[in-house]
Order: sequence, then C-alpha cells, then structure tokens
Amino acid sequence: MAQYLIRLVQVHESFRKPEIFALAALENINVEVLSYDESSPFCTVKLHDEAAARALISRSILSKAIFELWATSSTYKDLHAAIRQNTASKWVHYKDCSFKFEVDAYQGKRSAAAQKELIESFSYMGFNGPIVMRGADETFCIFEEWDGSGTSLKQVWMGRLVARGSRDAITTYDLKKRCYISTTSMDAELALLTANLALAAPGKVIYDPFVGTGSFLFAAAHFGAYVTGSDIDGRSIRGKDRKRNVKANFKQYGLEGRFLDAWVADITNNPLRAGRWLDGIVCDPPYGVREGLKVLGTRDQARMKEVFYLENGEAAHL
Amino acid sequence: MKVLTVNFLTCAVKACKGTALSFPLHFRDAELVQQEMDFHPTFVRNVLLRVDWEGLKVTAAELGFTTLPAEKPEGEALDNEQLLKDLHTLLLETQVTEGKLVCGNCQHEYAIKEGIPNFLLPNHLGSAPKSEAAFVE
Ligand SMILES: [Zn+2]
Repeated sequence: MAQYLIRLVQVHESFRKPEIFALAALENINVEVLSYDESSPFCTVKLHDEAAARALISRSILSKAIFELWATSSTYKDLHAAIRQNTASKWVHYKDCSFKFEVDAYQGKRSAAAQKELIESFSYMGFNGPIVMRGADETFCIFEEWDGSGTSLKQVWMGRLVARGSRDAITTYDLKKRCYISTTSMDAELALLTANLALAAPGKVIYDPFVGTGSFLFAAAHFGAYVTGSDIDGRSIRGKDRKRNVKANFKQYGLEGRFLDAWVADITNNPLRAGRWLDGIVCDPPYGVREGLKVLGTRDQARMKEVFYLENGEAAHL
Repeated sequence: MKVLTVNFLTCAVKACKGTALSFPLHFRDAELVQQEMDFHPTFVRNVLLRVDWEGLKVTAAELGFTTLPAEKPEGEALDNEQLLKDLHTLLLETQVTEGKLVCGNCQHEYAIKEGIPNFLLPNHLGSAPKSEAAFVE
C-alpha cells in the first residue's frame, strides 16, 4: 500500500468522490480516502500500487492527475524534513532520467522567478538528468494550497506524476466543434462524467431514453460501451439534414462501430423488452422547463397539463 | 435498424407486454442493407447472454438467414471465431433501412424510415402517465 495525491478540479465538487468510487468499482480497486474536502482540489488516498493508481485515474474527468505522494506538511521546513527522512531511498531511481518540476499553487500566485527558486530548493535530491519541458521521463510537482485571500499558505505536498486523467476528452467532444447540437445538448464534461458514473465500458450496453442529439451516447461509446437511445421527438434523432444528425455525430467521432440504434418512442409507452439486457441507463430527464415535455396519447384535457419528473424519477404534474 | 435492436424491443402497447405473440416484432416490406461494423468477439460473446435466442431465430428466418444453431451457443462453442463473425454479421451488420415492424398480438405496424423505427402510438392505443406507474413496468 502507498499514498497517492489526486489533483482534482474544483468544479462539480459533489461528483468528485462518486466518480473516484465508480472508477474504483469498475477497475476492482480498493481505495481508502485519507483526506478530502469539498473546498480543496487535493485528495489523498491509499492504494495498492502504481498500477492501481493509473487504472483508477486514467479515465477520470474530474481529476487532472494522480501523483505518488512523497510528503505533505503545512510548512516547507517540515516538508523538506519529511522528504529527507522518508524518501531518500527513492532518489537514486531518478538520478539520471530526464525530468521536470512543476509548481501548482491553488489560490496562490508565484512569479516565474519565485517558482524557479522554489524548485531549486529541492536540488538536494540530486537529480542530475536533463531537465525537459516536454516528454520528460518523470514529472515532479510541488502543490500549494493557499487560503481564499491568497495570503497564507495552508498546506504543501510534493509528489511524482503517475498518470493523468481524461480531461482531454472534454475538448474532443466540445459542443462547439460538434456537427449537430441543439439548445439542450449536454455539455461534454458532464456527459463524460455521467458515463463514468454509469460504469460505461467495453462490452456493455448503455441506453439513453431522452437521447436528444446524442451527447450521453458519445460519452459512453468513448469509454467503449455499445450505445442505444430513444426520444419522443424523432426530429432530434433525424436532425436537420444528412450531415447534421445523431448518426453524423457518431461518424465525426469515429464511434459508429459502437452505435446500436436510435429510435422514436415515448418513455411512458416504451417498447423495451423486459429482461436484463442493459448495463446502464444514462439520461438528462426532461423537467418541462427548457423545452417543455411532450406526452403523447392524452385523452382528456385534465391530463394535458405539463408533467415533469422529479430527481427520484417520479412524475409530477405542475 | 439492427437485428440486435429488434431483439431488445417489443410492442409499445401496454396490453401487449408479456404476451407470447408480441415478441419478436415481425419485419414487413423490409429493405435490407449490410453495413460493415468493427468486429469485437468479446462484445458478441457478452451480448449473446442478453439475446432472446428463440426471438432471434424467428427474426433471422424472416430476413432469410436460416443457418442459426437451434440452441444458443455457449461455453466452448463461443471459441468458434467463424460462428462469432456470422453472429456479428447478423446482429450488427444487417440493418433495415425502410419497412415496418408488426406486432403479432395487436397487429399494430411501426414504420421504419431511414433506419429509425417509430414506436409512438396513436391516441387510442397509448395512455397518459399515471404518476410513477409509467416507470415501474
Ligand atoms: Zn402489440
């Protein structure tokens, strides 16, 4: 067992731990959270080994990266003391490799000169290899957490990079670059995060009953799942023309091979066969606010009031 | 619309759910195309567990594929790469672009256009959601 530092992003905070636990479940990894705070992007965990750390975070959307934790303290004096005391046996492994040091100051600012000075204060570890800015063999990072006003340092960490998360995928699936979207298309970050929470993975079948322009399906297919979806509005699936529709989006991303089908259906009268053929359902249920909810087959005026679905999935009348 | 998807769906009319005649839905006037898809043996093995084999045999026969094994392949049979490829071709690459899906119980016809089937029901067959009951099925 060893300690690792996860550098989270400071957005969608309440989904960060659930995402880590989802990925741990998916990869069958034991994770013990040692420190976590909703107001901080730094989370320390105990994991079996580096392979577990890599497997845990490689798919993460709300983690920038995971680091082997060398030391942490509230002052630099104590940090250096802990590094000397606990990690001296590791130094020799990194004596000759190419490397770089980064400084990651949360809520704090450091000039380039101050960063350089800070990095040089770690030179006692005796890394003599070439310093490389791109493609270094090893990346070390000094993390600082400052208080909200940026005046006092709360905590510092030092670690070695093990693996980066999947935040690059947010750019790949950016709505601005997608062939076909609508006003209700789910943004890429939330769609990818949802796919992680749903444990989308190769060999699985994931379904979106409110598929719209397909955002959740691309995210789940990105992680290897086969995907299918339905929508009450066939126009959203068929799209505007031959180049702007759900299928065209799959083509754009090279994910056609994982697209089972999209069909038109009202979830309240759906054609799903009973039985366990699905691994997961991902969706952004209509709340009847942005687009209004359409329900077909109403027979009387009293029932034609708008219906919206509560977060627990229950339908309610406005 | 892929053969695999047909195997996952049935008639949208509530009264038809669970009736023997409502599954599988039957293709009528189906225009078939073969569209190449990436072959992933693991997915075929995995998805076979979720396929209703009797239903698949009916669908396959209606589309002119008559060589399916009588029993769902399992165990060592799934090491046969050619069998998996054949199933991949049937389940994923065989697609209906135009035509109808017909329920054998209520005879309702669902149109397929540009590969997209439409399961919306006319007023007299559908029903409005009654609180959460619509989700419980
Ligand atoms: Zn029927």
